[in-house]
Amino acid sequence: MTPRIFIPDDSGALALGAEKVATAIRQELARRGIDARIVRNGSRGAYSLEPMVEVATANGRVAYGPVKPSDVKGLFDAGFLTGAHHKRWLGSPDKIPFLAGQTRLTFARCGVIDPLSLDSYERHGGLKGLRKAVAMPPADIVAQVTESGLRGRGGAGFPTGVKWKTVLDTAAAQKYIVCNADEGDSATFADRMIMEGDPFVLLEGMAIAGIATGATKGYVYIRSEYPHAVDKMRRAVDVARKAGILGPAVLGSSHAFDMEIRVGAGAYVCGEETSLLNSLEGKRGVVRAKPPLPAIQGFLGKPTVINNVISLASVPIIMDRGAEYYKDFGMGRSRGTIPIQIAGNVKNSGLYEVAFGLTLGEIVDGIGGGTASGRPVKAVQVGGPLGAYFPRELFDTPFDYEEFAKRDGLIGHAGITVFDDTADMLKMARFAMEFCAVESCGKCTPCRIGSQRGVEVLDKVASGIEPEKNLALVTDLCNTMKFGSLCALGGFTPYPVMSAINHFGDDFKPAPVQQAAE
Amino acid sequence: MSMQPASTEIEARTASIVQNLKDLEGPLLPILHGIQAEFGYVPQGSLPVIAHALNLSRAEVHGVVTFYHDFRREPAGRHILKLCQAEACQSMGSDAVAARLKQLLGIGFHETTKDGSVTLEPVYCLGLCACSPSAMLDGEVIGRLDNEKIDAIVAEVRA
Repeated sequence: MTPRIFIPDDSGALALGAEKVATAIRQELARRGIDARIVRNGSRGAYSLEPMVEVATANGRVAYGPVKPSDVKGLFDAGFLTGAHHKRWLGSPDKIPFLAGQTRLTFARCGVIDPLSLDSYERHGGLKGLRKAVAMPPADIVAQVTESGLRGRGGAGFPTGVKWKTVLDTAAAQKYIVCNADEGDSATFADRMIMEGDPFVLLEGMAIAGIATGATKGYVYIRSEYPHAVDKMRRAVDVARKAGILGPAVLGSSHAFDMEIRVGAGAYVCGEETSLLNSLEGKRGVVRAKPPLPAIQGFLGKPTVINNVISLASVPIIMDRGAEYYKDFGMGRSRGTIPIQIAGNVKNSGLYEVAFGLTLGEIVDGIGGGTASGRPVKAVQVGGPLGAYFPRELFDTPFDYEEFAKRDGLIGHAGITVFDDTADMLKMARFAMEFCAVESCGKCTPCRIGSQRGVEVLDKVASGIEPEKNLALVTDLCNTMKFGSLCALGGFTPYPVMSAINHFGDDFKPAPVQQAAE
Repeated sequence: MSMQPASTEIEARTASIVQNLKDLEGPLLPILHGIQAEFGYVPQGSLPVIAHALNLSRAEVHGVVTFYHDFRREPAGRHILKLCQAEACQSMGSDAVAARLKQLLGIGFHETTKDGSVTLEPVYCLGLCACSPSAMLDGEVIGRLDNEKIDAIVAEVRA
């Protein structure tokens, strides 16, 4: 049997040198005259082990990592094609601690299969959800998604089924499914990983959404910072179209659904759904007032389902295994699994899909293993640039939409950035305001002007100019932004700012006056 | 400096891109990406051609071009280096990386070296937050930047 070698071409693995490893392996194969098949898989998400190379052996897959080009000759010498021991040997990928503890529903195939092989996709459970959906009345599909408890994974946590029902119930000649793949939050890369590692699951989820709501056209709006994801998704759409999964008769049924990949242009605010729709229409990415809801008047004024990548990619397994199966995972009103992205200054960085309910401490200290620098953890930002900074005192907070809201935070798109004790929280609060000022679409005053004034006032605090008075002013400004902004950019920027002030007050005190050394 | 094409040529090449894409739903962003891929920037001379074909005012097209960080109004350097400055990269020392690169290249953000070899830009997240600090050089991703990798980048853009 021809040996099979899996070398990820996920962006994160490439950033750590996977292409050079692939080249070295090809050269070594040629030099030794070995006939082997190289599969470029996605990443399993254990980035501290990337580039992680796997070989298929008689006893299953065996992983090696992190592999450097200089390791390649030694791997061949040791006999890695049959899973032999080597200093980079990790054993069965399923038994690697970071991966073994996960519950992979949405990411079940990511890093396992050849992302562009439909065969491989189907052999690993793909298309089962869509096959069931084409035989169901649309209202039953919507009911099943509602029953599963799936909530918008982009950050807002709005029930996906409720959104779909509104679109289903709104009569129109044309409806749309728009996938929000404008994953701009720092510390998040789940959308990127699924698009690069298992693109068909997203296509399948969108086709199901189309059938459920009567939409025949879909768009995936991917940020331009993700060129590899754009390329992979475009190729996946071509493959799916040729195979009859997309087109006038989805899987041979009476349902039509086709889709296009569109690329953003570097505006963070376009991750906000109405701004994204304007951008997709070819306008400035300015936020729209709601109502009307996009579900009633969305893309080009037509009823539109707009969902995040992970929401849509979670639908196939819900259709395949049933609402109860998915709903059994999780806690409270947060049902199912969530791909937590552990990033920044952390030892075991990567994507960890698990049922809702782990505490922040279990995630950061347990799974993450503390900081990469080895210094104490000072703060953890949860939910991207608009998420709150949590101190160690709040590490008992369970990962759940409502529990985080109770602590004046949010889980957002489930990105976690870890900072060690060298972080200056006044600087981070200023950055939040500065980022908002750079990325504001300019439509509403609290966001456009407020963020600019926020930077200036925090600069005064940093310079020791009337710090108490100016901190009171920042607090007042944050209230105005929170309640007066049109969307989450201006409305949520107060989260990082106020959490930094409330939990890390020492960083906002004037620096002690330097005493002259006499 | 890069040679900029003559205005009639800009108009002709723009018209051909517009012709191919104008029937899309919401064609303007794909068109602008197409033009930037063709010229390396969005020339002023392209705007009236687009506006006419899409039945928009020039002001509307100008408004869209200037809204998005990606679209350039003038040619960039031969290489484009994007350095992530978002929170996850900050937690791993991206400020120091930026300072070192600025010093080695002798330019700040949004600037191009005098010899036209490289343009340096900040970017807010490349989705490589599990291997921070990160950068993108001409579309190629680089993670866990350290002094050795920074020096290699500088050598490559100067070559």
